[in-house]
Amino acid sequence: MRHLHLHERPLVLVPYTMAGEPNAPLAAMVGTAEDDPRLLVVAQPRNRDDRFAFAARLAEVLVPYADSFTAVAEPVAVDRGRDVRCRFTDAPQLWVPNPGGVDFLRLFGRSTRFRTTEGEYAVPASVPLLGRWLTFFANSAEVPGSSLLLNAVQALTSHWVTGQSSAEDAQLAALMGWLAPPPGMSVFAAAARAEDPAVTPPAGPATDPSFDNHVLAPLLSVAEPDVAALTEVLRGQLLPTWTLMWRALGLLRTLPPGSRVAGRWDGDRDAYSAFVQHLADGGPPQPRRDGAVAAAARLSRLENAAARYAVQRAFDDPLVMAEYRLAGAAFTAEVTLAKADRIDDTGKRPVLRPRIMVVTTEPVRVAPGAALTSPARPAQKATVISVTAADGPKTEVLLELSGGMGRKLVAEPGSVPEVGERLLLTTLSEAYRPGAAFPEPDRTPWTHGGPPGPD
Amino acid sequence: MTAAFDRLRGGVPAKRHNARTIAALTANPGCTRRAVLDAAGIDKPRLAERIGFPGNFGQSRFALARGNGFEAMLKADGCALLLSVLRDVLHLDEPAVSYDDLGEDDDATLGARHGRTRDLLAAAAGAALIDHPLLTLQVAGRSVFLEPDLIAFHAGGRLHVVEIKSFAIVDGQADSAKVSAAAVQAAVYVLALRRLLADLGHDPALVSHDAVLVCPRDFSLQPTAVLVDVRKQLSTLKRQLARLASVSELAAALPDDLSFDTALPPETLTAALARVGAKYAPECLSACELAAFCRHEATGTTAALGRPVRDALGGVDTVAEALALAAGTATPPEELAEAAALLQAAARLRAEAVGAATP
Repeated sequence: MRHLHLHERPLVLVPYTMAGEPNAPLAAMVGTAEDDPRLLVVAQPRNRDDRFAFAARLAEVLVPYADSFTAVAEPVAVDRGRDVRCRFTDAPQLWVPNPGGVDFLRLFGRSTRFRTTEGEYAVPASVPLLGRWLTFFANSAEVPGSSLLLNAVQALTSHWVTGQSSAEDAQLAALMGWLAPPPGMSVFAAAARAEDPAVTPPAGPATDPSFDNHVLAPLLSVAEPDVAALTEVLRGQLLPTWTLMWRALGLLRTLPPGSRVAGRWDGDRDAYSAFVQHLADGGPPQPRRDGAVAAAARLSRLENAAARYAVQRAFDDPLVMAEYRLAGAAFTAEVTLAKADRIDDTGKRPVLRPRIMVVTTEPVRVAPGAALTSPARPAQKATVISVTAADGPKTEVLLELSGGMGRKLVAEPGSVPEVGERLLLTTLSEAYRPGAAFPEPDRTPWTHGGPPGPD
Repeated sequence: MTAAFDRLRGGVPAKRHNARTIAALTANPGCTRRAVLDAAGIDKPRLAERIGFPGNFGQSRFALARGNGFEAMLKADGCALLLSVLRDVLHLDEPAVSYDDLGEDDDATLGARHGRTRDLLAAAAGAALIDHPLLTLQVAGRSVFLEPDLIAFHAGGRLHVVEIKSFAIVDGQADSAKVSAAAVQAAVYVLALRRLLADLGHDPALVSHDAVLVCPRDFSLQPTAVLVDVRKQLSTLKRQLARLASVSELAAALPDDLSFDTALPPETLTAALARVGAKYAPECLSACELAAFCRHEATGTTAALGRPVRDALGGVDTVAEALALAAGTATPPEELAEAAALLQAAARLRAEAVGAATP
């Protein structure tokens, strides 16, 4: 089961940086098709003009790609239908080999988005724009479940496990060696081969030190580096990773997408549409660091996204749910009794509160009063009334249902589980959680530094 | 004590320690093999190469060049640039600061240089920068010279360790792994300086536990300095060094014929290594030159899959055993009965889930 949106036309980017320098790009292989990689090379990575020339060339590829999804928009009802806002029907998707690649993009965005396009150190207008796009992608990569900027290592390890440790999995080549070894080669041989930097160049952004010392250094030590030769050796280093990236995408494409993936992609399209609007309105670049209130709000959003992503993964994927069942946070049970027309009339108005009895052989670690949900009926809440140990390993759980049965005092057909039905019940819940309330930035409490200064 | 180590090493002289190697001693404290080899000063890269598991621990010359360039820039003109950032971070207003470079030299003059370091530290009155001092530290029952590329900064009666690093601090943030590595190295110097002061009859607390980290700021070569509190690293280090003292007893207890002399044939060396227990974890791969050998040796154990896996399967040492318990083909010993039940439940759930996913 695939838990991420896989774009029809993703932009794959394999960056390489200069060792020792903070975020000095050395080369990048970029493109939207495997047979059409574009190799960008920096002849003098320590020269800032060359660096920004690289940024301008990367911008030529990335910015038009990121802008190319704004043709068709769809209206989306907001605020319970009282308002309408536009959302583009598609959004860009970037792929890098590993988390290091994401960090590179974040830092490169930081180093380019504040550049001025006038004065002594002027850069082309596309450079700060690229910086803002990269920052947008890097920020969205922090949101669990977002598919705007993905890295292959994380995407693969969240869907497959290998017989090596996570430290070894972090190398894309070793990981792919386990998942899809070359024909006729054992996984062990493939993984061992992947660890030899002389055979398999690293996936970046850090280069192989011996490549630096023996190949790159002689080429860069002259005043006017031979760009053709440099391009050739860097192509040799980047091409294996480029090929692996597309193989990884192909591997992921073989998995059927989970049913909640499209919903999360809607969220990504929202973020993309909002950012395009922000750029069109001439909004300022993202700040160096968030203020106290913005940081707290962002953290809260990330926590919500992480919780929602964890639940949605479990609901989509029986293998993920199995982990929760093992831990006792979920169990499957058979309905033995069902009273679908039970009315609770102790309150002001009578309400429909059917009760069902389920029996299970799995460990049940829930207490009376706990609210359970079933992935098959996500809108319905089942409150645990009692848990009793029956004969043998069996446990009987009495549940009271509410919600998801229509508005009348008679339940809609099929909305209450019937006797004999097998149910998966879990303490995980997909229910909407309201965001926490935060003060306006100019009312930041003194405990958090007070309102931000005029700078 | 040292006799046992000399025997283990064979005829070769001991590898000299520096802050990096001492800092590495604090990683994976459970590994006897590493403790013995490090304490004996054995050339591990050479050893790994001899037994057919050469490591890949190179450093790019670009990184070295940048590091050296940054340091040279700071130290130019009698440390003018370094002083200006130190003044900012330590809030100093002393006008004159003396600068003494004790220079790098060869093995023969180490004692003399250490003597000069002692004299300078004992005599320092006003603000003073002391470059390339030579310190000693007791490691595994013997005194080793430390070759720090450090500057001890003496001002206002306090000594600060100044650590120059070439990784960048961008918007007040730096790579946490690099900062923590720098902090451990600084702690080694703080400890050595404190021991030296105690030897000289001064109060060791004069050496501040706040080390000064000097790094390039943002994407430029402009230096910026921050104080790093190394108290935590200091206490870890002290504990590890105390433990190494007991390693020398352990080494003395090893059989007399055991030797890791790299001139010996590889089979003998491999057999010798097998007699000293290792505790492999995947983290070793980036910290220890012998890791590739230990990993090969640990193939099939749950520890080779990483600490989370090993901890989750506490008591189950090999993958084969875990699979047998899950399949119910092995009878678990009493202490593993609960783990076996859990493994079987996991296997059942997995079979059910995989069956459901592929109808």
